[in-house]
Amino acid sequence: MKDIPTLTLTVNGAATQIDTAPGRRLSEVLRDGLGLTGTKVGCDAGDCGACTVLLDGAPVCACLTPAIHAEGAEITTVEGLGAPVERLKSAFLRHGAAQCGICTPGMLMAAAALLARPGPPPDRSDAEAALGGVLCRCTGYAKIIDAVLDAAGVTPQAVTAAAPASGAAVGARLERLDGAPKVAGTEIFGADYAPAGALWVRAIRSPHFAASFTFGDLDAFAAQTGLRVFTAADIPGQNVFGTIPAFADQPALAEGAVRMRGEAVALVAGDKTTLEAFAPDSFPITWSPQSEILDCATARTPEAPRLHEAREGNILISGLVHCGDPVAGFASAAHVAEGAAETPYVEHAYIEPEAGAAWLEGDTLVIQACTQAPVMDRDDTARVLGLPPERVRIIPSATGGGFGSKLDLSVQPLIGLVALKTGLPARMTYSRRESMSSTTKRHPARMRARAAVDADGRLTAMEFDGDFNTGAYASWGPTVAVRVPVHASGPYSIPNYHAEARAVHTNGPVSGAFRGFGVPQAAILQETLFDDLALKAGIDRLAFRRLNALPEGGRSVCGQELHGVGIGICLDALKPRWEAAAQEATAFNATQTGRKRGIGVASCWYGCGNTALPNPSTVRLGLTPEGRLRLHQGATDIGQGSNTVIPQICADALGLPVQAFELIGPDTALTPDCGKTSASRQTVVTGNAALRAGETLRARILALSNMGQGAQIALAPGAVLVTEGEQQRRIDLAALDVDANGYALAAEETYDPPTKPLDENGQGTPFAVYGYGAHLAEVEVDLALGTVRVHRLTAAHDLGRVINPLLAEGQIEGGVAQGLGLALMEDYIPGRTENLHDYLIPTAGDMPRIDTILLEATDPEGPFGAKGLGEHALIPTAPAILNAIRDACGAKVTRLPALPHRVLAAIRAAEQTP
Amino acid sequence: MSLYHRPANLHEALDGLAAAPAVIAAGCTDLFPATERPALDGPVLDITGIAALRGIDTTDDGWRIGATTTWADIAGADLSPGFDMLKQAAREVGSTQIQNAGTIAGNLCNASPAADGVPPLLALDATVELAASTGTRQLPLSDFITGPRATALQPGELLTAVHIPRAAGQGASRFLKLGARKYLVISIAMVAARIVARDGRATQVALAIGACGPVATRLAAVERALIGLPLADLADAIDARAVAAALSPIDDMRGDAAYRRHAAVALLRRAVGLAVEDLQ
Repeated sequence: MKDIPTLTLTVNGAATQIDTAPGRRLSEVLRDGLGLTGTKVGCDAGDCGACTVLLDGAPVCACLTPAIHAEGAEITTVEGLGAPVERLKSAFLRHGAAQCGICTPGMLMAAAALLARPGPPPDRSDAEAALGGVLCRCTGYAKIIDAVLDAAGVTPQAVTAAAPASGAAVGARLERLDGAPKVAGTEIFGADYAPAGALWVRAIRSPHFAASFTFGDLDAFAAQTGLRVFTAADIPGQNVFGTIPAFADQPALAEGAVRMRGEAVALVAGDKTTLEAFAPDSFPITWSPQSEILDCATARTPEAPRLHEAREGNILISGLVHCGDPVAGFASAAHVAEGAAETPYVEHAYIEPEAGAAWLEGDTLVIQACTQAPVMDRDDTARVLGLPPERVRIIPSATGGGFGSKLDLSVQPLIGLVALKTGLPARMTYSRRESMSSTTKRHPARMRARAAVDADGRLTAMEFDGDFNTGAYASWGPTVAVRVPVHASGPYSIPNYHAEARAVHTNGPVSGAFRGFGVPQAAILQETLFDDLALKAGIDRLAFRRLNALPEGGRSVCGQELHGVGIGICLDALKPRWEAAAQEATAFNATQTGRKRGIGVASCWYGCGNTALPNPSTVRLGLTPEGRLRLHQGATDIGQGSNTVIPQICADALGLPVQAFELIGPDTALTPDCGKTSASRQTVVTGNAALRAGETLRARILALSNMGQGAQIALAPGAVLVTEGEQQRRIDLAALDVDANGYALAAEETYDPPTKPLDENGQGTPFAVYGYGAHLAEVEVDLALGTVRVHRLTAAHDLGRVINPLLAEGQIEGGVAQGLGLALMEDYIPGRTENLHDYLIPTAGDMPRIDTILLEATDPEGPFGAKGLGEHALIPTAPAILNAIRDACGAKVTRLPALPHRVLAAIRAAEQTP
Repeated sequence: MSLYHRPANLHEALDGLAAAPAVIAAGCTDLFPATERPALDGPVLDITGIAALRGIDTTDDGWRIGATTTWADIAGADLSPGFDMLKQAAREVGSTQIQNAGTIAGNLCNASPAADGVPPLLALDATVELAASTGTRQLPLSDFITGPRATALQPGELLTAVHIPRAAGQGASRFLKLGARKYLVISIAMVAARIVARDGRATQVALAIGACGPVATRLAAVERALIGLPLADLADAIDARAVAAALSPIDDMRGDAAYRRHAAVALLRRAVGLAVEDLQ
């Protein structure tokens, strides 16, 4: 009898024999054994549902199914969803239900089972229940549920812009151009590419928050296990990385001591079987745990040991913005409100754990991994591995959600090291626990603030002070500390202002970038404080915000004169629903005793791009001699839509339909640098580069054909046709000399947003473009249990110019979901919630009805007047919910998340306050 | 070599278990999350190949629910209203995917303090059937689960079925689960309530609470105090102090102990109120 039996599995209608252990996860067998990588693995614990497959039509998690349980059953994977569910896939595309696409196969499988169910067609709650076991972090579920109901024939079919004509791409409700592989299950994410003969890599990580360590006999261990071992001693370059070069402080592999739990100290690599046989406890390492510092207050005491010797008081950096005379502003005030708030670590909880593969092509190290920042990955990895940047090529895989954390290096230097040292391809996929324990988080914040108004309710002064726990290493801590004081005013006119924020080192997880860079935390305090002020001043809370909203041409707290200011129109747009919702809540509350409804509003503003620092994007556009139009689009699309939005902008600038473009990249060997996908910058910054590239190419074509601005351009095989009135000219592309990139005609343009450095008082021009928004939350609070149900949310956002309403709605709905999670349930506790059943993110059943209002206050700087949106969408949600909770029942929750026990305690406290 | 044994009949399973200890696998919805490895480590005794262990049968004394009956099986079964709370709990176990794989015996043997199946089964006066190669015994469920992740299962024994006495199928019943989100959530607290009435008064009351102590518990004193009361008064008559006295909740990241004591009472009153509505 052989050790590994042969199982016969019937997958998508075909019987296959495979040698596998009976107790092997079906997800492993499908992906690794049969190459069916459409089935995704997000947690290996049944918590995320990404691996959902059908066994005899019933959805199960393939990660929880021993292979032998599938023997004799019909197994259906996303690859086998045939014609009957083409409606479902088409509906997913038409509704924009797939963003990053990592949950899409699981969603499709769960939905297919629902649609196949006998009986009456499903309603919304049936759909929510059917999809409740599949987590999505991008979409907020709204468009997924809509797509399922559309495919079920319950709701009318959604219509998208089929093929907008030349000049009509901007503003079109276009399906995402990269959507087809996402719904087919053929998208290649970080864990899906398997170079032949690859070594599998696993990191040895610290179980301690702070410890020194020594290795035992590594050579003996290697000889005994057949594994190769790598430590910091093997790193050929500088063993330090970090997203901001001046602050880079994080080792790829720790040297002698760790500063955080989850920090990597060594790598083991081997073939899959050998690595699977490895028991992590057998690795020869001796830990000497040291006492850890986990909170900012302790870290800032003079006696606290410094995590990094040069950083006094464990303060990485402080940010300050000061304008006017706050003392006088408070002295002259009619009403003053004061408050404090505390927020926890928040985990990005993308469904795709970090993963990738590395290999050598000649003397170039190629890394294909999930990322938001390919060029930063290249430069940082090259530094660690002692290579010139041109010898590292980064090909971003499809990225299954990022939200800021995949800006930082994860697998890249580790698999790069193994590939470089062994000459063999190397692969690595983080476990869910590894992903959660070792990658960045949203900064926990402890904040205090006070603000004042005059007798008319106009803001006269505000002070803000916050400690942001930046964890063991710098990452994006400096950005948070600088961004927070700039934004803590909210989009309001405040003549006298003083705000300070500090990024403080502790032995907690590294806090980095997470959708909003600290601004969502600050907005929680600022917007709840403004409800206090409105109540004190006796002014309706929405009217209070409208009264104080930044006007067109007004000055920010940084002294910047602002144009294209859209906060006023956002607040105005909420007014009809605000008034109706207030009446509905009052009516509800008049007849209910155990449950109370309330409404809340909060605003946001957010500067797009780096804070007072260069962050250029370069876009290349070329026509081949054959007449193919290629757009080198280096803005990494992690689901947010730049693969669609950037071509839309470029198409209208050039004057050709968006369907004419072939997209190249991102790939550091093929695309110029479009910077990182963060800070809501791609639509504005890369969009502007694409706009300019399109305009430049158009100008060249018009000049070559001697035609005027009004001419129409069309592509023909080997030629460009230019028509104006009765005249037509033909540019024979094959007759032109090709450039170094093989193009007969090309344009390459760079755009860097014009900013001015901040002075010692934070005065200057930190951003060229700002976006604005406001959310209205309607909630119901169960007074006996303290549970909160957000039943409706209205989101008004000023986008300057809406490039693609379908994708914009998706960004907003997804932002609302993350904001709702931040408000009500998300709490990352290092060492305790390193999985997706103890760390909770919203499910399909937790989302309110979301009504999106897209507004356009044209920005003078943005492409076609457009502004960024990605981060704005999350910022107002949590404070709007908190304000609604307070409106419903008086409960002021100042420590997030507002879990039922905290809400109930706050209800009790409110009852006792006269 | 790891051993994975999936016999087709109970004798073979029990003989194997008598010969050598093994991890007993059924739905695997708790076994796989407990490991990061790509396969279950042996030796494993997989009991899902034993057809006789799956399904719900009526017996002379009541009902027999086979060990590998899934939560989806239970949710879809045609059972008397006393089981409504169990069916409601079945729909709250994890997600549809988990309900299609997870089994009743697995839920009991895993012995999580927050196991969704335990409070309704306690309120159904469930006993468990424990089989070994040497014979079979029955044990009240309340005696079977002895602590967090601890049961009275002896080496060589397999939980083969859950028995519900005929009388427990009577009345109306409700299950309520409180968590910080809708699906895929571990309870902060949960309650099961079953009421039998005659002439508008309660004749039988079965109340159980989970996630508020190391094991889920019946509330005997609270139940006794409600017998004979008019249905309309039942919910309000629940003695909060007596409920609290029966619980020993902990502070954890999902909620604090004081909150759990309070929430348990609130949920219990609601569940009783809803069961009373069902009776009327």
